[in-house]
Amino acid sequence: MPADAPAPRPGPLAPGQVVDGFVLEERAHQGGMAQLWRVSRLGSVDPLPLLMKVPRIKGGEDPASIVGFEVEQMIMPTLSGVHVPRFVAKGDFTELPYIVMERIAGASLRPRFDAAPVPLDEVAQVGAKVALALHDLHRQHVVHLDVKPSNIMFRAAADGTPGEAVLIDFGLSRHDQLPDLLEEEFELPMGTGPYMSPEQVQFVRNDPRSDLFALGVMLYHLATGARPFGAPTSVRGLRQRLYRDPMPPRALHPDCPPWLQEIILRCLEVKPERRYQSGAQLAFDLQHPEQVMLTERAERTARGGTLGVMRRWFGAMGAEPASDASAATQTARSRILMAAVDVAGADPALLASLRESVQRLLRTEPDTRLACVTVMKTNRIAMDELTDKDGSSKHVNLLVQLKNWARPLVQAIAPATGVPDGRITFQVLEAPDAASAIVDYAHKNRVDQIVMGARSSGGLRRYLGSVSAGVAADADCTVTVVRAPSSARSGGP
Amino acid sequence: MKLALVTDLHANREAVSAVMAHARAQGAQRFAFLGDYVGYGADPAWVVELVREEVARGAVAVLGNHDEAVVQGSRPTMTADARQVVEWTRSQLAPDQIDFLRARPLTAVDWDILYVHANAHAPAGWAYIEGRSEAVRSLQASDRRYTFCGHVHDQALYHLSSAGKAGDFAPTPGMPIPLSSHRRWLAIPGSAGQPRDGNPAACYAIFEPDVATLTFHRVAYDHDTAAAKVRAAGLPEALAQRLIHAG
Repeated sequence: MPADAPAPRPGPLAPGQVVDGFVLEERAHQGGMAQLWRVSRLGSVDPLPLLMKVPRIKGGEDPASIVGFEVEQMIMPTLSGVHVPRFVAKGDFTELPYIVMERIAGASLRPRFDAAPVPLDEVAQVGAKVALALHDLHRQHVVHLDVKPSNIMFRAAADGTPGEAVLIDFGLSRHDQLPDLLEEEFELPMGTGPYMSPEQVQFVRNDPRSDLFALGVMLYHLATGARPFGAPTSVRGLRQRLYRDPMPPRALHPDCPPWLQEIILRCLEVKPERRYQSGAQLAFDLQHPEQVMLTERAERTARGGTLGVMRRWFGAMGAEPASDASAATQTARSRILMAAVDVAGADPALLASLRESVQRLLRTEPDTRLACVTVMKTNRIAMDELTDKDGSSKHVNLLVQLKNWARPLVQAIAPATGVPDGRITFQVLEAPDAASAIVDYAHKNRVDQIVMGARSSGGLRRYLGSVSAGVAADADCTVTVVRAPSSARSGGP
Repeated sequence: MKLALVTDLHANREAVSAVMAHARAQGAQRFAFLGDYVGYGADPAWVVELVREEVARGAVAVLGNHDEAVVQGSRPTMTADARQVVEWTRSQLAPDQIDFLRARPLTAVDWDILYVHANAHAPAGWAYIEGRSEAVRSLQASDRRYTFCGHVHDQALYHLSSAGKAGDFAPTPGMPIPLSSHRRWLAIPGSAGQPRDGNPAACYAIFEPDVATLTFHRVAYDHDTAAAKVRAAGLPEALAQRLIHAG
């Protein structure tokens, strides 16, 4: 078996042709790098609509398409979940290289960009969906590194509206537990010009926050109708983003609210550590605009002056970005912690004990965000009670109590950063059932860990049921149940 | 088919037993041993016997530099410790076991795989593959797609594209790595009997030719007992310490 036989040039594929048991039906797309065919399984009906991707190999010499396809063949089988097309089969390079995968119905996000600026609700909604998809990818050890409108699709929800975002094309991706076949291949930065992060321009290929930068470019474009860094084609043009900050979105599109400018400019920070630290944290802000901590970014009306540009230009010269963050480790240390606090009902000792537990976690994990949540129980039947004056003042009162409970936490972490950085958010959920409200919130916001108190009184617990037991049983994340130190136990033998 | 790649066993019965059990539990049906069955450890006869039995069942087993030294006997150019280990090891082996070591080939080729202890470009010279350039030299010296070797005690994976670009990779234990047929691969499964990367767990790897997938493994074993036996045999204390600290 000769090891170095050049890949045979695939002859022209034609409808009706059978490749390894897949019948080619219709060519869906002919691109520069690959052709896409709708296919079906010979002699059986696959429940999924299928797509075959076949790389275009120009004379067997084109490293970009060959290595990119090798990478995609390597990474796709390791991925699972709703945010990627399901992998079905692959064909060897010694015969005909291909990937058969689930075909996602519908168009990519690309056409929406022709309509930009689009309504702001849509910017936030699309952004949150893509951020959650990226979070899921990063948790599976993969950085996409080519996030752009044409590589994002949406599943159709039951009602026909766009559902979850699906990421496609893993030809430039990096799996942090597999060899990076692209690392040595090219002398030029790899990615798509408008979307490439500053560290990608500097050849760093393992930082998941690069994908959040690319998403920031997309949000900027959707919100303003313009690209923050244009569409440079030269390395020199690409390097400009290392020191030249973009025009603030509100300067181009005054309707863009400060919270959205804050989010977009945070995504576009040159240094990854100044961006959102995970897709889930970005999605959290996009889903809770009122919780976004506004900084100087939200107020900017013009680009930075010459002095700042010069300073950054010198800083960027010869700077080697640190790259200690691989996809899964970066995501794992940038968690979302939820403190479910019964501020109105729990006894003070339990509230103090809960706060200590949360503080210990925050201290050991500087990139973790804390969502403080309390539940305002509403009547299952008379929902309109909420709207009355009593209901709204009760809501405000709970929020005040929740913030008061968290005050020592805010003080404890503030000195570390010097400025409030939006690490802590507060929310009063109005729901008839506390346990399911907590579980639901945790799921929607990709909370990694819930910390909550246990009712101490046996009688009350028997009468009301245990909220923490319900949460521990139903939540899809880690649940830590805190108890107040028992005076009986402290007596000792 | 699953093929277990085990190398640098170094007379460590506890480590080799744990590796064999782990590999069988993973479904390994075949074994390839990449040399250095003896040296350093306290159970040379047991390890040589195990390899001999596997070879009788069809396993590949190539010669390592420690095996060669034991076959040839100690020489004045060796350090005092090395002389002591070689002479002690010879005293532990039956003549037919030494003959078994003597009969090991420097290289073995099977299907698209080359097995060799140190490197493919000069197998008898025992030079280490410590980086990309040595790996590329070795890959270029072979016409096989896969080269599996030992000698270096840390796990490593190198690849060479048809365009001549080489890459290296520090594997994550337990993660199956697809070895693309479009490039050539050199894998070092790491030492079973004397790990040196700070983690005392034994190293080995499993290759699945049918799906071209390689998985590196680490197996925790009773290194305290192995170290105690090194001491009890009167071998140098540093060799016992090395099993505990993997330094």
